[in-house]
Amino acid sequence: MLDFPRWKVVSIWLTIAVLCALAIPSLIPQRITDKWGVNLPRINLGLDLAGGSYLLLEADVNDVAESRLEAMREQVQTEMRRQDPRIEIGDISSRGGRLSFLLRDPSQVDAARERLLSITGGGVGMTGQREWDIQVVDSSRLVLTPTQAGLTQAVDTAMGDATEVVRRRIDELGTREPTIIRQGSNRIVVQVPGLQNPQALKDLLGKTAKLEFKLVDESATPQQLASKQASAGSQVLVYPNNPTGIPLIAVKRSAIITGDQLSDARMEFSQQTNEPQVAITFDSQGGRKFARVTQENVNKPFAIILDNQVISAPNINEPITGGRAQISGSFTTESANALAIALRSGKLPVALKVVEESTVGPDLGEESIRAGILASAVAVALVVAFMLVTYGRFGVYANLAVVINVFVIVGVLALIGGTLTLPGIAGFVLTIGTAVDANVLINERIREERHRGRSVVQAVELGYKEASRTIFEANMTHAISGIIMFLLGSGPVKGFAVVLLIGIATSVFTAVLFTRMLTAGWLRRTKPKTINI
Amino acid sequence: MRLLKLVPDNTNIDFVRLRGLAFGLTLILSVLAIGVTFAKGLNFGVDFEGGLMIEERFVTPPDLDRLREVVNAQNVGEASLQQFGDPRTLTIRLPIQEGADEGATNAAVKKVETAISQAFPGATFSRYSTISGKVSGELVRNGVLAVVLAVLGIGLFAIVRFEWQFGVSTIAAIVHDLLMTLGFFALTQFEFDLNIVAAVLTIIGYSINDKIVIDDRIRENMRRYRKMEMREIVNLSVNETLPRTVMTSVTILLALGALLFLGGHVLRGFTAAMILGIVVGTYSSIYVSSSLLITLGLRANPAPEKVTRSGIENAERVAPRGE
Repeated sequence: MLDFPRWKVVSIWLTIAVLCALAIPSLIPQRITDKWGVNLPRINLGLDLAGGSYLLLEADVNDVAESRLEAMREQVQTEMRRQDPRIEIGDISSRGGRLSFLLRDPSQVDAARERLLSITGGGVGMTGQREWDIQVVDSSRLVLTPTQAGLTQAVDTAMGDATEVVRRRIDELGTREPTIIRQGSNRIVVQVPGLQNPQALKDLLGKTAKLEFKLVDESATPQQLASKQASAGSQVLVYPNNPTGIPLIAVKRSAIITGDQLSDARMEFSQQTNEPQVAITFDSQGGRKFARVTQENVNKPFAIILDNQVISAPNINEPITGGRAQISGSFTTESANALAIALRSGKLPVALKVVEESTVGPDLGEESIRAGILASAVAVALVVAFMLVTYGRFGVYANLAVVINVFVIVGVLALIGGTLTLPGIAGFVLTIGTAVDANVLINERIREERHRGRSVVQAVELGYKEASRTIFEANMTHAISGIIMFLLGSGPVKGFAVVLLIGIATSVFTAVLFTRMLTAGWLRRTKPKTINI
Repeated sequence: MRLLKLVPDNTNIDFVRLRGLAFGLTLILSVLAIGVTFAKGLNFGVDFEGGLMIEERFVTPPDLDRLREVVNAQNVGEASLQQFGDPRTLTIRLPIQEGADEGATNAAVKKVETAISQAFPGATFSRYSTISGKVSGELVRNGVLAVVLAVLGIGLFAIVRFEWQFGVSTIAAIVHDLLMTLGFFALTQFEFDLNIVAAVLTIIGYSINDKIVIDDRIRENMRRYRKMEMREIVNLSVNETLPRTVMTSVTILLALGALLFLGGHVLRGFTAAMILGIVVGTYSSIYVSSSLLITLGLRANPAPEKVTRSGIENAERVAPRGE
């Protein structure tokens, strides 16, 4: 137990040196390390310490299911019409989460089924489960039911896309090092350090930014508008700024062009009114299509629709051929800019809702760091003094271990790119208290064995040997609760668990192995007949 | 240099004899803790109840009644105010806003902040958070699940490494520690939030740590003194480990004490919970869990497969202390 070959001594010191060196960048202010021009691993500060905003966004899964159903409805309608022979269908409905329609000619049921199979595609993922179940009811009605596997896949895809869109939008805001992570099946965590007013961010993320240009249905009667029941092929939408005073308008269902065909969107000021507006540029295909439709519909109004709400309904005075258009409404500079960003970054495949939010001011964060550092320093000082007066030389060894342990924890945390939160600091302080427990166990055991009349070497050897088993078992139970906290905890609690777990691992190394090496070295050098413990 | 000894050498306190008294006291305290928890309830934080929390810093300590009036006049629901140590820092709690969409919540935060900065010039917000009912429900579920899993996991570990009686007595002692902690939070009405769950899990880990050390010694002594009565073994083991139990508790309390007084107000509840847990955990290690082993009928001469033999241990028998 007390035999330490040279290679062992060297490797222990080397490990400590490397881990302590890793801690250095985290202890120096970032503006200094930035000047060194190398990217050194350092501890990230959690939002509760750095100040900033945390948002938990949740997507409505039903929303995904619904829009998927609507997309399928359109696909079915085109597919049945597209090929020869045309299959006439009617009574199409997407109620109750299923799509069902009637075949005018029941003899076409097999052909219709064939076409449905081709558009509902193959299987999902590895298991190859179908995305839709196709059923024939009463020999002339076809019912499409989304399967669970298909729905899960759709939600997964939508969330993947949504995360990307969220990332693009936040990047456009120009904030510092945002973190955007998917969480669970339908959530996204957004953390933006340094952001004090998350309002702009929330406005930006709250927009689906589904942009559509549709022709206005001028034949709609006021009664139709009031009952929100437009004639076939049209729909009634909300139009808050309608000059007629009625906040509703009827538009054609099919869009002339959608936001998918944009190549750019910028905020600018109108040359006539000097009010902020959003200038959009279509891609070449979209530009051609827009030119054609405006040519065919001169002197008719069209509606600019954002997220199912009409922003404005200008008249087409002349064909718009340049592939450019302006969206003007009652914008402020900020809202026009936000819309431009949202349009540029693409539409969200699913609406996101903020379900949890917290913002920490920079003063509180700084104060917490200061308090945390002070508390840690005082805790170390108290524990060190106490160990010294209780165990003398052995206390010095334990104290060296504690101080090194502090640096090693910082080093490991930096190495794994961990985040230090306020509860993490508490974990830190607690680890300082518990790390010496191993040394207390060892030293008490050595005391006991000396009382039983064993020689110095025997007592020390037995002290380490017997205590090691206890230390292992005690740390295991601690680790169990730490792991559970890590797995089930969220945010700050996770930060606490990480520090606790690292502390358990490193303290076994420093408090047991490192102090044993020091003690063994001392015993070999001086061969004391008696020890003061 | 004369070294400090918190616990004198060779103590010989008859802890087992005090066991009847300790069990009685423990039982009464536990019942009281349950009673208080049910009667007064816990003061759940926003993360467990949903709603919104705004922390404001004022230039001078504000008049609480006036502040309450100002907030309530915004028509955002009944405000509850809470103060942390510093009289200039206050948190304002509001219920989940009607309609529950983010618009309503945002509007409420804005309204309250504007009203406060008008009524109390110079007031600044230091943090705020809003949590929907759904998320808070999940947090509660995860918190309870974490505590239950930790207790079971550690109990299982104790059963695998030791005899079943150790597992049972350990779990009993943790349940006791948990009840005391809940009772403390119900009694003081300190805010019980997500961080406190972390504190509770740490208390569990620490408390077990303490018990494992004593259990380990009991197991060792059972092997060493095969003829000795169980109650004597328990007494001897608790006495032998008493210096360590006290030393470790003191070092941790020193560290946590620094955190309590210097660590800032955000961590205060968290640290208070941990300090309480360590005191209660030390008590239950000494009086509850080891004595319970006798009640559960643990016998000397454990099953041979559980014995890990080591050379030195069996080579010589040393007389127990005090003899």
